[in-house]
Amino acid sequence: MTLSEEELAEELSDGVMPKAPSRARVVAGRFFRSRQGQVGFAVLALMFLLAFVGPLFNRWTYTDKDFTAFLQPPSSSHWFGTLQTGADVYALTLRGMQKSLVVGLLAALVSTALAAVVGAFAGYFRGWTDRVLSWVTNLLLVLPAFLILAIMSPLFGGAGRWPLFVIMLALFLWMVTSKIVRGMAISLREREFIQAARYMGVPPARIVFRHVIPNLSSLLIVDATLNVSAAILTETSLSYFGFGIQPPDVSFGTLIADGSKTATYAPWTFWFVAGLLVVTVLAVNLVGDALRDAFDPAARR
Amino acid sequence: MAGFLVRRLLDYAVLVAVAASLAYLLAATALDPRSNYAGRTPKPPPAVVDAQLTALNLNDNTPLLQRYATWAAGVLRGDFGKSVTGAPVNEDLKRRMGVTFRLVVLGAVCGSLLGVLAGALAAVRQYGWFDRLSTGLSFAALAVPVVVLANILILLAVWANEHVFGRQVLLVSGEYSDGLDAGFWGQVVDRLQHLILPTISLSIGLIAVFSRYQRNMMLDVLGADFLRTALAKGLSRRKALLKHALRTALIPVVTYFAFMFGALLMGATFTEKIFGWHGLGEQLINSIFTNDVNTVAAISFLAAVAVLCASLAADLLHAALDPRVRA
Amino acid sequence: MTPVLEVSDLTVAFGDVPAVRGVSYAVRPGEVLGIVGESGSGKSVTSAAVMGLLPPGARVTGSVRLHGKELIGAPERELTAFRGKAISMVFQDPLSALTPVYRVGDQIAEAVRVHQRVSKETALVKAIELLELVGIPRPAERALAFPHEFSGGMRQRVVIAMAIANDPDVIICDEPTTALDVTIQAQVLEVLKKAQRKTGAAIIMITHDLGVVAGFADRVLVMYAGRPVEVGDVEDIYYRPRMPYTVGLLNSIPRVDRDGRRPLVPIEGNPPAPDALPPGCPFAPRCPMKIDACDEREPPLFEVGAGHRAACIRWDEVHPHGPGRHEAARPREPRARGERTVLEVHGLVKDYPLLKGAVFKRRVGTVHAVAGVGFDLRQGETLGLVGESGSGKTTTLTQILELAPPQAGSIVVLGHDTCRLGRRERAGIRRDMQVVFQDPMASLDPRMTVHDILAEPLRTHGRSRPGRRVAELLTLVGLDVSHAARYPQDFSGGQRQRIGIARALALEPRLLVLDEPVSALDVSIQAGVINLLDALKARLGLSYLLVAHDLAVVRHIADRIAVMYLGRIAEIGQVDAIYDAPMHPYTQALLSAIPLPDPRRERSRRRILLEGDLPSPANPPTGCRFRTRCPKFRAELTDEERSLCVDVEPEVRLLGEDQGAACHYAERREVV
Repeated sequence: MTLSEEELAEELSDGVMPKAPSRARVVAGRFFRSRQGQVGFAVLALMFLLAFVGPLFNRWTYTDKDFTAFLQPPSSSHWFGTLQTGADVYALTLRGMQKSLVVGLLAALVSTALAAVVGAFAGYFRGWTDRVLSWVTNLLLVLPAFLILAIMSPLFGGAGRWPLFVIMLALFLWMVTSKIVRGMAISLREREFIQAARYMGVPPARIVFRHVIPNLSSLLIVDATLNVSAAILTETSLSYFGFGIQPPDVSFGTLIADGSKTATYAPWTFWFVAGLLVVTVLAVNLVGDALRDAFDPAARR
Repeated sequence: MAGFLVRRLLDYAVLVAVAASLAYLLAATALDPRSNYAGRTPKPPPAVVDAQLTALNLNDNTPLLQRYATWAAGVLRGDFGKSVTGAPVNEDLKRRMGVTFRLVVLGAVCGSLLGVLAGALAAVRQYGWFDRLSTGLSFAALAVPVVVLANILILLAVWANEHVFGRQVLLVSGEYSDGLDAGFWGQVVDRLQHLILPTISLSIGLIAVFSRYQRNMMLDVLGADFLRTALAKGLSRRKALLKHALRTALIPVVTYFAFMFGALLMGATFTEKIFGWHGLGEQLINSIFTNDVNTVAAISFLAAVAVLCASLAADLLHAALDPRVRA
Repeated sequence: MTPVLEVSDLTVAFGDVPAVRGVSYAVRPGEVLGIVGESGSGKSVTSAAVMGLLPPGARVTGSVRLHGKELIGAPERELTAFRGKAISMVFQDPLSALTPVYRVGDQIAEAVRVHQRVSKETALVKAIELLELVGIPRPAERALAFPHEFSGGMRQRVVIAMAIANDPDVIICDEPTTALDVTIQAQVLEVLKKAQRKTGAAIIMITHDLGVVAGFADRVLVMYAGRPVEVGDVEDIYYRPRMPYTVGLLNSIPRVDRDGRRPLVPIEGNPPAPDALPPGCPFAPRCPMKIDACDEREPPLFEVGAGHRAACIRWDEVHPHGPGRHEAARPREPRARGERTVLEVHGLVKDYPLLKGAVFKRRVGTVHAVAGVGFDLRQGETLGLVGESGSGKTTTLTQILELAPPQAGSIVVLGHDTCRLGRRERAGIRRDMQVVFQDPMASLDPRMTVHDILAEPLRTHGRSRPGRRVAELLTLVGLDVSHAARYPQDFSGGQRQRIGIARALALEPRLLVLDEPVSALDVSIQAGVINLLDALKARLGLSYLLVAHDLAVVRHIADRIAVMYLGRIAEIGQVDAIYDAPMHPYTQALLSAIPLPDPRRERSRRRILLEGDLPSPANPPTGCRFRTRCPKFRAELTDEERSLCVDVEPEVRLLGEDQGAACHYAERREVV
């Protein structure tokens, strides 16, 4: 088919027509007007900056050992003090933070995507699809996640294996969201615009990706945010017991485990890393809550 | 109704069976009991090790499916096999079950009741001082993982014992003091002293979650037509909220409880390990380190049963609270 | 008599947005004041302000005096003392107005005990008495039931019982029958009248339905944009309106007692947004009589007659609607039916499992939603499928739209039997049969622009460059081409429904299924959409299958109608024949239950009241399904004649030229 000039003009004019305020911009506006959103976003940005830019201003790297300073309190050369081994706590903490943030973000993304697809398919198609997917969801809820992750932890050891850890982590984070998505998809399915698409002859899989999932996007975005904190917390707990990130790599969990042993007489080994963890998770939660309000101002509390 | 219950229980049985089998197969593949013998001096001859492992049904030279069949047959008879030390898993877990049960039940009850109460109070006076305070605190609490919280509690307790009480008031290790001879009441007090910190560590997260949820559910109900009817009848706002909103908002909260239970078990595991309680959670972590396949599988089985019991309990509670569901 | 409730210069604002801008009225004991207005006119906010039930953040000024006592600014304790005692309220949605987890009797007893020092037992006895008063059968037993075990009409009775528990002086009814079916609405209005006789209370009746007000109110207050624009006795308002808005409203309602040859007169445009009111008269932008002076300032209420005031500077030039109001409807010349059949349904049956319990879901029976329905639709024709909730009309529609083989019977769409549909034929039907839904907000994906919405059917059926067609469609339904880049939420209800219609027309279908196309719209907007549907049908040669519960709308659009009751067709035939002289007792009751926006006629009509609720479709009566509620069966037939009704299920018999009824003893009767 050749494109007539007239049609071309029309297609083009579509683009230059006065755009109504887009939803994303409205939500962003609401988000940044709320104090929670401002504080959460600012702190989180600061944390990222600290984790990725902070190490550049330190003369120690996380693998360095200062054999002149064992278990020393914070000083001008070791800002957060040193460990028994002479390692710099500041360098270690930032390295651990990098790992935790990356692992948390990726795990949350993967798990929310999984939840969206599984939940939407189960809810939209009902019948056998639903039964099978719901059964798998229930099975994963029943399996002790911690145990599976712990057993598989030797697989995550070694350089470059941590993406596998991310995937495993995500595999145990998506179920509750997926159940919620499924419930919403069931009610969306009855909504008239979805029926309209069906009666128009739009193929079912396309309806799921074009209508169902986009209409759950606010839930999914909020959920992904909150999953970041859940993932960071789970990673911390696993690594704390030695089942997560394996040495020589470090993360919040491994550092807290080591620090808690020396906390009574060397508080700097524990409190800096614990504090940064709490502040990071708090900021993520604030962002998530502010986002929820921004998406749904009617539910504002 | 009875037929329905039977079907639901059958569903659960299948889920438990699959979950436990998966856990066994995974553990049997990933864990390596043979390595336990590697560090011994003098090094036992391979034939002896093989015989020992075979006796325990842990020999990796036996095909996996055959080991699984032996294990499954045992489980069907109610026998979870032997641990790596040769002791029966059943005995060990029976002893530990009570410990974990006490901790989990106490944590769940404290956590959900206090949480619901705090949430309801916050909702009645929305934007009042209590609301602001509880919102702030729950945000803070939700940002502290159990492993950090438990350690902070221990540090605080050690400090408080030293500087505030001047004696050991808050005990941070074990469930009771060994060889304490202080009569019945002395024992009770001793157990309580051990119980306080783990319970706090386990329930704070729950309180935070439940108070937020209950508050939001109540505020949702606040806009409902039936609350307007209650106000139009002449009930005061406080009374309408407590009588009509609290009760109605409990319904979704109960459903939420089932979702939270898995997290609660995980929290209990960490709490036990850090506070040195000899419960199932502690044993789970230990058994992974000692490559104790049978114990790992048995604990997974129990965890699956517990999660499903909680979900069934939540459903029953839901039915009790909501006449629409009961019908 | 001194007024019991006096409202003067009441204003309500949410933030900077005014919702109510100076409302004044007074009601005397025993008087019924009707407050009429479209959505957003501030009528409900006014009543909530009187009750002191506005959400926090609303600013209220002015005065509300109850027996001379000022309520605005009174302490909360005093307000709770009079709420439910001196003023009580009946809400719109009976389904959500009762707390789901408490027994009905206890909820009424609670209302008693809030204001009277009586024991729990006494209160419960009183509650049972009240249930009996509002016409709930077996009240002692039903008092122990939970709200979800009641039908909508029964719940509304419970709410009324609660409202009269303490002998109030004023009862405010906020759209009390909007959520109910017409026959149930007639019952509930009777209960309200009875309650009023019993308590001697004044009633403030808030509604958008001009028919309800015509039969019920003594005085009427018409609201527009947060302000009263006309107040007067009911006859003044209906026969001598002096405000162009009132005239417009009365002209735009489709009427069940008039045939549909005359197009309705819609009011142009949309009501103004409360935060962007025009400078002068708020109605001026839509007013056909507008002059320059209208824009200068907002007109006050002028005294235009005894107790009659209107807010229009040209009130003395305003004339009520054109002639022909009282003329008997001229019979429509029955057109010859078209040759080609586009839709044919025979003996359609659909059962659903009846499930109980949400957590412990189990099947306890079978709902016979549709039990043998048959009709046909010819090219260029409009068939109206009418019936109350539970009649099976929606199920019938879904069965047709699904294009799946029916459980029993057959559906032939555009010449293809749905039992033997190949992939290609199915796609073909999906192109030629389109649907317009009830709720124009819900039927448009909020995440898509209007362009994408209109382009979706085109892309689905292989048109890759939909740009020009989208523009054509927008023009066709009377929208601006530049609207294509906007999202559905940027449009008003009427405009959204036009988008929905445009989408349905995108593929040039032959058959359009209209599922309650105007019931979510205000009357002044409704008329425009109805006219559009009429015009499109004539221009594009479409056939319509119209499902609606509003019989007036159906009369206006349809050529033929099928009246459904409990999964069966009760009566079917040419529209004017049925409206003028229905033969099935159910059709007669249904038509007589519809209130006419004409006070004199409405008050002189004999109404056939149906008793009780629709029987459960899971357990329909034997023989004729309508016999349990049939006035003829109850009052006119002999025992011998009745046995036929009990034993034999009547089939539709052709009794006129194009009029058939499923009644053993059908006879014509004029009821409108």
